[in-house]
Amino acid sequence: MGITSKPVVFAVLAAVVILIGTTVTVFIPLLMPSTQPVSAYIKPYTAVEQEGRDIYMREGCNNCHTQTVRPLRTEVLRYGEYSKPEEFAYDRPFLWGSRRTGPDLNRVGGKYPDSWHYKHLDSPQSMFEKSNMPPYGWLAKNRLDIQYSFKKTSTLGYGYSESDVHKQIDQYRATVTDDNYPSKESRSKVTPRELQKELTEMDALIAYLQKLGRDVKMMEAAK
Amino acid sequence: MSETRSENYNFTIVRGFAFSALFWLVIGLIVGLWIAFEMFNPALNLTPWLGFGRLRVVHTNGLGLGFGLAAIFATSYYILQRLTRIPILFPRLAQAHLYFFNTVIALGALSLFAGMNTTKEYAELEWPLDIGVVVLWVMFAINVFGTLIKRKEKQMYISLWYIISMTVAIAILYIVNNLAIPVTLFKSYSVYAGANDANVEWWYAHNIVGFIFTVPILAMFYYFLPKSTGLPIYSHRLSIISFWALNFAYLWTGAHHLMLTPLPEWIQTVAIAFSIFLIAPSWGSVVNGYYTLQGNWDQMRTNYLVKFFIAGITFYGLQTLQGPLQGLRTLNAFFHYTDWVVGHVHMGTMGWVTMVISASFYYMIPRITNTELYSVKLANTHFWLILVGQFTWTITMWIAGIQQGAMWKATNPDGSLMYNFLDSVTSLYPYYKLRFAAGVIYFIGILVFVWNLGMTVRKQPRQAEA
Repeated sequence: MGITSKPVVFAVLAAVVILIGTTVTVFIPLLMPSTQPVSAYIKPYTAVEQEGRDIYMREGCNNCHTQTVRPLRTEVLRYGEYSKPEEFAYDRPFLWGSRRTGPDLNRVGGKYPDSWHYKHLDSPQSMFEKSNMPPYGWLAKNRLDIQYSFKKTSTLGYGYSESDVHKQIDQYRATVTDDNYPSKESRSKVTPRELQKELTEMDALIAYLQKLGRDVKMMEAAK
Repeated sequence: MSETRSENYNFTIVRGFAFSALFWLVIGLIVGLWIAFEMFNPALNLTPWLGFGRLRVVHTNGLGLGFGLAAIFATSYYILQRLTRIPILFPRLAQAHLYFFNTVIALGALSLFAGMNTTKEYAELEWPLDIGVVVLWVMFAINVFGTLIKRKEKQMYISLWYIISMTVAIAILYIVNNLAIPVTLFKSYSVYAGANDANVEWWYAHNIVGFIFTVPILAMFYYFLPKSTGLPIYSHRLSIISFWALNFAYLWTGAHHLMLTPLPEWIQTVAIAFSIFLIAPSWGSVVNGYYTLQGNWDQMRTNYLVKFFIAGITFYGLQTLQGPLQGLRTLNAFFHYTDWVVGHVHMGTMGWVTMVISASFYYMIPRITNTELYSVKLANTHFWLILVGQFTWTITMWIAGIQQGAMWKATNPDGSLMYNFLDSVTSLYPYYKLRFAAGVIYFIGILVFVWNLGMTVRKQPRQAEA
C-alpha cells in the first residue's frame, strides 16, 4: 500500500474524500438562492426585537424550545401553520432547536397577550403548577442594554439608520410605559419601581416572542 | 512492532492530558446531574447562571470538548509515539498545547455560564474562544504531522489513519461552521442565515460527533484492543474499506437532523440514503472487533480490559443501527424532538466512548508510569457500575421518548388533540427521576475509575526488571 507510508498524501486524500459530500450537500446549497428564499412580507426584526432575540440566545431558550413546525397533521393542530423557509431569511443564527422540552415557539407571536408572557416568564409555576420551566423574573430587573443596538442591526444588514434604531427603541418604550398599555398591570407587577419607565430585558424578550410567526400570516394570506 | 526504549518517549504529555480528561469528565458529569434534576424539579435554577438553558451547554461542551478532546489528545500522543517509534517531535509545543487547552476549556466553561452563547449546538463558544480552539488544534496538528513525517516505522498502522482524518476533518468542520461577524468581544452573528445556517450547523454537529466520538475512538480501539489481547486485528482489508467508506459517507448525512424542516427536501433525502449506507462501514469495524477475539473469547473472563472493548464496540454497533433508523422520515417524524434522541446520544457517549477511553487509559497509565494498575477489582466495579448506569439511563429515555411522541400524536375520535403539551411533559417526571438515579450510579462508576487511576500514579514505580 503506497499511501500508508505517505502521511501528507494520505491527509490530502482524506481531505478530498471528506469535501465531496460537504460540497454537494452544504457548499452548493449555500450558492443556491432557493435554499433560503426571501419574501417581501417577512420583515427584519426591529432593534428591540433583535435585543430580545439576543437574550433568548443568551439564556439558551433554544435548548428546550424549537422554532420549526413540521408539516404533520397533529403538529399543525397544536401549533398552527407549518414553518416556511422564507420566515428565516433574517435569522442569524437559526434557532430551530433539536429538543422540545417545552413547546415549539415558531407560532407563539400573537397567541397570548403581553400580560400572559409577563406573568409566565416571571413564574411559569404560578400558571402551570407542574411546569419545569425555569423562572425568569430577574429579566425584568435588568435594564435593557441598548449600547450596541445599532451596531447589531447594521451588522445584520437590516438597513436601519441610527435614528431609525433610536426611534424604534423610543417607540417601544413609549408603548410599554404608556398608561393605556393593555398589559400595564402585569408589567408593573414584575418590574421594579425604578425601571417602570425604562425598557427591561423582559420587555425586549416579549417583543421578540410576539414577532415570531407574525409576518408569515400576511405572506400566507397573500397567496 | 519492535519498540525502542520507552524512556525516550514523552509520556509527561500523555499523563497531563489523561488527567485533564478525568477532571473535565467529573465536572461535566456533575453539571449533567444538576440539569437532570432540573428536568423534574426547577428549584435548582437558583441563579441565572445555573439556569437549564445555560447549564446544558456547559454539560455538552465540557464533556465533548473538555473530556473528549483531552482523552483524544492523551491517547493520540501515546499511539503516535508508539506507532512511529520516535518521541513527539516538538515536546515543548506539546506542553504548551496542554496548558493552552485547559485555559481555553476553563474560559469556555466560564463564558457559557455567563451566557456568551452562539446557540449553534456543540459550537456555542463565542468567536475569541473559537480562535483559541483553532490555535490549539494547529498546535496538535503540527506535532501529529511532524512526528509522522519523521517516523521510523515505514507503514502507518490503521489507528494513525484515523488520527490523520480526524485532524483534517475537525479543522474543516470547526472553521466553516464558526464563521461569524463580531459585534463586540463577546458577541457575534453567524455569516449564514436561516436554512443555510441550519444546514451548515447540522453538517458540523453530526460530523463533530463523528470525528470526536467515532473516528478517534476507533483509533483507540484498533490500537489498544490488539495490544491488550495480544491478538492481531482480524482483517486488514476490512479496516481499509471501512475507513474510506466511513470518511466518505459521514459528511453527507447531517441533514437527517433537519427532517421535515424548511430545508430543501432533496438535501434531507440524500442524507437519509447515506445514513443507511453508513451502517456498512460502521459494522465493518464491529465485525473486525468481534472476529479479532475469535477462538479467544475466554479473555472476556480473564482479561478485564476486553470487557470494556467488547461492550464498547457492541454499543457502537447498536448506535450505528439506531442512528440510521431514526433518520428514516416516518420514524423521525415520531421520535424527533423527544427524549428518544437524548437516549440515543447517551448510549454512544456513556457506552461506546467512555468504555473504550476507560480501557485505553487502564492500558496506558500503568505503562507510562512504569507501575501496575492499583486495583483490577475496582476496574471491574467501575465496568459494572457504568454499564448498569448507562443501560438504565438510555432505556429510560427511550421509553420516555416513545411515550412523549405518542402523546403528541394522539387524537380524539373527533380529530382533536388528546393531550396538551404540559401533560406530555409532566407524565415524564417519573422517568426523569429514574434517569437521575441512573446518572448517579454511572457517576459513582466514574469516581471509582478516577480513584483507581489516581492511586495508580501515586504508587512508586517498580524497579527495573532484569
